[in-house]
Amino acid sequence: MGKYTEDDLREELKTQEYEYGFYTDIESDTFPKGLNEGVVRAISKKKNEPEWMTEWRLEAFRIWEKMDEPEWANVTYKKPDFQDISYYSAPKSVDPNKTLDDVDEDLLAMYKKLGISIDEQKKMNNIAIDIIVDSVSVATTFKKTLEEKGIIFCPISEAIQEHPELVKKYMGTIVPRTDNFYAALNSAVFTDGSFCYIPKGIKCPMELSTYFRINEGGTGQFERTLLIADEGSYVSYLEGCTAPSRDENQLHAAVVELIALDDAEIKYSTVQNWYPGNAEGKGGVYNFVTKRGLCENNAKISWTQVETGSAITWKYPSCILKGDNSVGEFYSIAVTNNYQQADTGTKMIHLGKNTKSTIISKGISAGKSQNSYRGLVQIHSRAKNARNFSQCDSLLMGNECGAHTFPYIEVKNKSAQIEHEATTSKIGEDQIFYCNQRGIDTEKAIALIVNGFSKDVLNKLPMEFAVEAQKLLEISLEGSVG
Amino acid sequence: MLKITNLHASIDNKTILKGVNLEVKAGEVHAIMGPNGSGKSTLASVIAGKEDYEVLKGKITFEGQDIADLAPEDRAHKGIFMSFQYPIEIPGVTVTNFIKTAINETRKAKGLNDMPANKMLKLIRDKAELLEIDRRFLSRSLNQGFSGGEKKRNEIFQMAMLEPKLAILDETDSGLDIDALRIVANGVNKLKSKDNAVVVITHYQRLLDYIIPDFVHVIYDGKIVKSGTKELAHELEEKGYDWIKEEVNA
Repeated sequence: MGKYTEDDLREELKTQEYEYGFYTDIESDTFPKGLNEGVVRAISKKKNEPEWMTEWRLEAFRIWEKMDEPEWANVTYKKPDFQDISYYSAPKSVDPNKTLDDVDEDLLAMYKKLGISIDEQKKMNNIAIDIIVDSVSVATTFKKTLEEKGIIFCPISEAIQEHPELVKKYMGTIVPRTDNFYAALNSAVFTDGSFCYIPKGIKCPMELSTYFRINEGGTGQFERTLLIADEGSYVSYLEGCTAPSRDENQLHAAVVELIALDDAEIKYSTVQNWYPGNAEGKGGVYNFVTKRGLCENNAKISWTQVETGSAITWKYPSCILKGDNSVGEFYSIAVTNNYQQADTGTKMIHLGKNTKSTIISKGISAGKSQNSYRGLVQIHSRAKNARNFSQCDSLLMGNECGAHTFPYIEVKNKSAQIEHEATTSKIGEDQIFYCNQRGIDTEKAIALIVNGFSKDVLNKLPMEFAVEAQKLLEISLEGSVG
Repeated sequence: MLKITNLHASIDNKTILKGVNLEVKAGEVHAIMGPNGSGKSTLASVIAGKEDYEVLKGKITFEGQDIADLAPEDRAHKGIFMSFQYPIEIPGVTVTNFIKTAINETRKAKGLNDMPANKMLKLIRDKAELLEIDRRFLSRSLNQGFSGGEKKRNEIFQMAMLEPKLAILDETDSGLDIDALRIVANGVNKLKSKDNAVVVITHYQRLLDYIIPDFVHVIYDGKIVKSGTKELAHELEEKGYDWIKEEVNA
């Protein structure tokens, strides 16, 4: 029989290996498992941090100790044992004085597998990349070009040393240490991340990009990103993530804080493909991330995310629209397959007058996965003439997955205009047959339909990443019709 | 080109086709007519390879090759095209993107590279002109919010782009007003040649005023019970299908 049945497809999907599931054998310097004040101090010491930073971490640790893990999300998983995780892992071969040419060959080979050839990216994409392997920033490119404009783009550990006034002023102001369990944990043990400052009136001439990747087994990754766009400045920032496949679950608890001062604009795009676990739901990354931005007057923050990875995703990139006429946007594609669970969405907090927010969420569920959109639109009493438009679309494949929408709307000012639209659809056998009849095989047909469904969000990504994201969607969903 | 012998086919364990015989040669136009539920659309779907249908008995050969076990896309690659009675919507995928994918996938199956973009654009422009299609139409989402006429015209546009050897038009006239019908029929006529063949499936005679068939077949209860020339279509138009039923049941 030449027929390729849905059962064949399902089988193929199950046996399909995680594209990026390889492990690079680099000697690394890893702390023993466990977390206490001593470990927090040791992390701080390892990074040669000033006293204020150590104290800041310790305070966070004390807050965290008193907190409980949140349970309200629509996900079920075995809670991590926080004493069974190593909180620091740095590739041993790192030397801060190294140039890109000196970078460990295995590391470079790993980047190649990931499809990030640094040089190529440098030359062809005009992108500055701050690559984070486990917890230490390995290579920062294009630094010089940026320096000429006064732009600071460096590992946050470096910023703590070199720009303490900026870090002190802003870190923890958008996501306070008390915000939630994972944010508190991150504040205590974060090992690295990116820092970015765009001076007044400067338009950043290139896309800034960070690749995160979890390499060492049994390590959690806690990056911390702080991005400040000073008055009238503009920056577009992209983070991409991958993690090698492992049987045990790995924890990832990041914090991202964005500050857009008056008239500034930040575009923050994420392509996330952490290891989602295998076809039986074993392994995979727990992705518990707190991302939030603050907009002052006439400022704009735009979050775009393509989430295809992780076993559990818990993530709500949010905007606090504090300034008058400020704008918040959230564009999201979340794909779940096999046993993945995602609970993701956004919060748009309207405080200022004439504030505007847009939410476009596209959830795609396949296999036995569960995909939830959770969003809050909050209009405060002094937020006159606030406007929100939300659109949440779900696409289902097969009969064993779930799509859920939890929109919360709180309005305390009568002048507000809120629109909410939601749709749920299924990839139909009729659609597939129609494509087949025109010579398009089932896999390609699914890719075509999914890309069409996601188009409104894909269009928001920078060109070169849109192509990458499109490929990622295809990989994540290959053969998942049922 | 197409040869169907003693074809029996079922869906959900219900036998619909009960011994169809049909031969279509290059350059010919065949019309298949019949009352509702007689198996017209089933025949089209079985030729195209829709997997809901099970072939119980008989043979379908296309250019001498048995195609009964081929996937629908493989049949499409061989040059079989079916215009759908109810074309399917694919939101967010433009007509242009869809047809580009279809053409390149077909080329890939033949071991050819993607058609260069400029050639593709020219082809699209030429065919759109031939079928009097407004080019703005081509950047709309496939069949989404299309009128009945637009949907059918889009089917014929895809046919023009793919240049099939065998085109099966399944109830292409349904839901069309007379102007739309004429445009669609003109399109089909422009695409006809001595190397390709057309099978028109229709309930009514009126489409056959525009697409003149060489042969007319009447299908009833899963079998072709009468074949003739276009005069047969006129007779059916005049007398309805009852006399056929009576003849068969007698």
